[in-house]
Amino acid sequence: MIIELGHYALVLALATVLIQSVLPLIGTIRNDRSLMAVAPAAALAGFLLVLFSFSVLTFAYVVSDFSVANVWENSHSLKPMIYKISGVWGNHEGSMLLWLLILVFFSALVSTFGANLPERLRANVLAIQGLISTAFALFILLTSNPFIRLSPAPAEGRDLNPVLQDVGLAIHPPLLYLGYVGFSVCFSFAIAALIEGRIDAAWARWVRPWTLAAWSFLTAGIAMGSYWAYYELGWGGWWFWDPVENASFIPWLAGTALLHSALVMEKREALKIWTVLLAILTFSMSLLGTFLVRSGVLTSVHAFATDPTRGVFILAILVFFIGGALSLFAFRAATLKAGGLFAPISREGALVLNNLILTTAAATVLTGTLYPLVLEALTGEKISVGPPFFNLTFGLLMLPLLLAVPFGPLLAWKRGDVFAAGQRLFAAVAVGLVVAAGVVYAHGGGPVLAYFGIAIGFYMIAGSLTDLWMRAGIGKVKANVAFRRFIGLPGSAFGTALAHIGIGVTVIGVIAVTAFETEHVVEMKPGMQVEAGGYMLTFDGMRRGQGPNYSEESGHFTVAQGGVTVTDIWSSKRLYTARRMPTTEAGIRTFGLSQLYVSLGDAMADGGIVVRVWWKPMILCIWIGALIMMAGGAVSLCDRRLRVGAPQKARKMKPVLEAAE
Amino acid sequence: MTRKQKRLAVIGGGVAFLVAAVLLVMFAFSQSIAYFYVPGDLAKANLAPGTRIRLGGLVEAGTVKRGEGSTVTFTVTDTLSTVPVTYTGILPDLFREGQGVVAEGAFGTDGLFVADTVLAKHDETYMPKDVADRLKAQGVELSGKETIK
Repeated sequence: MIIELGHYALVLALATVLIQSVLPLIGTIRNDRSLMAVAPAAALAGFLLVLFSFSVLTFAYVVSDFSVANVWENSHSLKPMIYKISGVWGNHEGSMLLWLLILVFFSALVSTFGANLPERLRANVLAIQGLISTAFALFILLTSNPFIRLSPAPAEGRDLNPVLQDVGLAIHPPLLYLGYVGFSVCFSFAIAALIEGRIDAAWARWVRPWTLAAWSFLTAGIAMGSYWAYYELGWGGWWFWDPVENASFIPWLAGTALLHSALVMEKREALKIWTVLLAILTFSMSLLGTFLVRSGVLTSVHAFATDPTRGVFILAILVFFIGGALSLFAFRAATLKAGGLFAPISREGALVLNNLILTTAAATVLTGTLYPLVLEALTGEKISVGPPFFNLTFGLLMLPLLLAVPFGPLLAWKRGDVFAAGQRLFAAVAVGLVVAAGVVYAHGGGPVLAYFGIAIGFYMIAGSLTDLWMRAGIGKVKANVAFRRFIGLPGSAFGTALAHIGIGVTVIGVIAVTAFETEHVVEMKPGMQVEAGGYMLTFDGMRRGQGPNYSEESGHFTVAQGGVTVTDIWSSKRLYTARRMPTTEAGIRTFGLSQLYVSLGDAMADGGIVVRVWWKPMILCIWIGALIMMAGGAVSLCDRRLRVGAPQKARKMKPVLEAAE
Repeated sequence: MTRKQKRLAVIGGGVAFLVAAVLLVMFAFSQSIAYFYVPGDLAKANLAPGTRIRLGGLVEAGTVKRGEGSTVTFTVTDTLSTVPVTYTGILPDLFREGQGVVAEGAFGTDGLFVADTVLAKHDETYMPKDVADRLKAQGVELSGKETIK
């Protein structure tokens, strides 16, 4: 009964979001305020209904109600509780419901925090949100209904794919979707602006917090997914340029560009048309990512199961929204007046360079991802585009951007002085070179490019601090004055510095692991030793164990440094009983920012076992850097100016709007 | 510089950057694309030794042999022709005799296929549809839907 209530709530939600999309649109056309006022209420109701529906599905998982086909296919009564709950979105139907839940959650946020928006803008934004919600609610109800019952109900479920039975699944998809779907708000704002045919700095002010929030979540989601793949798959890799990873990385690149171009628009009223286009493109990339992952065009661990009708349906959604948005853009972009002029060498110029490089990089990754699909569709020829393609193109494109990042905040708006900025960055360049020289001295050997990369990483960190340093006047004024000035710097200055420092930290991690990791594949018998990263691993033997829904064989290793035992590592292979599926559970030990990574291979006839041992120097920097970037986004989001500014602008705008009618 | 010249410089710079990016993409494509073959295609493909390809098919039952250390040899078959493969490293969890596999690597001058990456199937990425269809037509059972990326 409760399951049917959940199903019914979803149908009601479809009706509600349809109302949310149609009535306010009619309201803005007829200038009927009561129709426009429907939007916020409908958005809240839609959110509550989908939330109820989602809770019902979660409940079915918690009590292991195998009369629900979706629960039967993806759960098992012996599964630990946390995986029962995270299993709700560990399958196609449930994960689409989560997508919808987050979409209507953002609509509800817009209606709650959007009280200071001009009435017409808010109605239009919510109407577009409603339209997207309608499409996805229809998609779920027609092709991916999680509430279908089985009769008679099976006694036991088929269990969740073992790779997904991990805390990573509990965190990664919700974060990723908060990012992916968060960009829908930027998209809706862009469409609303095009419908109105007007756009100004205040628009950028409203859009920026949403972009920042979505971007921060997406950053965290991608980093989390990368760490999950790293420790769960047992291959020791942290990024595979897998199409599904690319599908989340392309919106991130576009979103990063949007974040910066919205800044130019907010401060200088320039790049208006470009920013609107970028807002459309960013969410389009999110939709494309959803299509690639969910349609079964690509199959991988993310694709669960495939069904052609779903692919066609999502493709239709994709064509409707991207095609519609771009057509509207083509018709209306000319009516948006271009603003503010600036010299090529200026803060605006630097941000344009940022946008040029980031969008080119996004296009490159998109090309590499789609080319095999397009070629196969057109010629039937099958090719694979692997990591070498992406490393070469993406790496080379990023190089000038990384070098330019510290310059940006040091250049003045309108007309900057690149030489003055360069002079201020002398110290940062010195820091980079000194650290790199130190690494050469301590480590020696290895490719020259790697030291260059590490120098760039430290240069970026020092260069980002230079901006704060200069603005606080440290060394120029008295210490207490400098301290007070430093504290008083706007949140966005700290946010910028943090985000840029984060990139530097990630670069250091990526370079260190790529250039200096060591890998040994050896056949080991108890008592044998292998050396990695200055640590001596001794293989002690194997042990059999039994988990709640799997059996495992674990190898025990003692780790010693200089003859003294420091720690031990368990590494195991599991066999999940319900699906007869083996997995590798790598043994990982952290030393500072570096890790020892041990994964087991096949047992040999003579009693030995193949063991793969990696030393991963500074690898944690990759994800710590991403967390720092995310923190930068959060700090920027808390900037008081973002919150105080908007209402003032809104009050100023209202009379203008009414007069225009 | 006049305003017009400035604008030209900016646009020229941007276009030059884009052209460079396109050339870079084309160069990278020419360097790193691997074509997909099943054993039956190889006779007419006439590959030069050292050309990177992806070889797909089933692991023929009874052919997996472990050599020195972690070196493994096995035979990939599309049920009509076969190709022997050597690989050094740890095989994926889902690698089994009689099941789908994709080996990425190249033929040496001695005609032996040396793989540096082995992916065990369970989906179309590693078992492209027409191979699966062809195998199915010959009565080969493809089981399992689970995948490791």
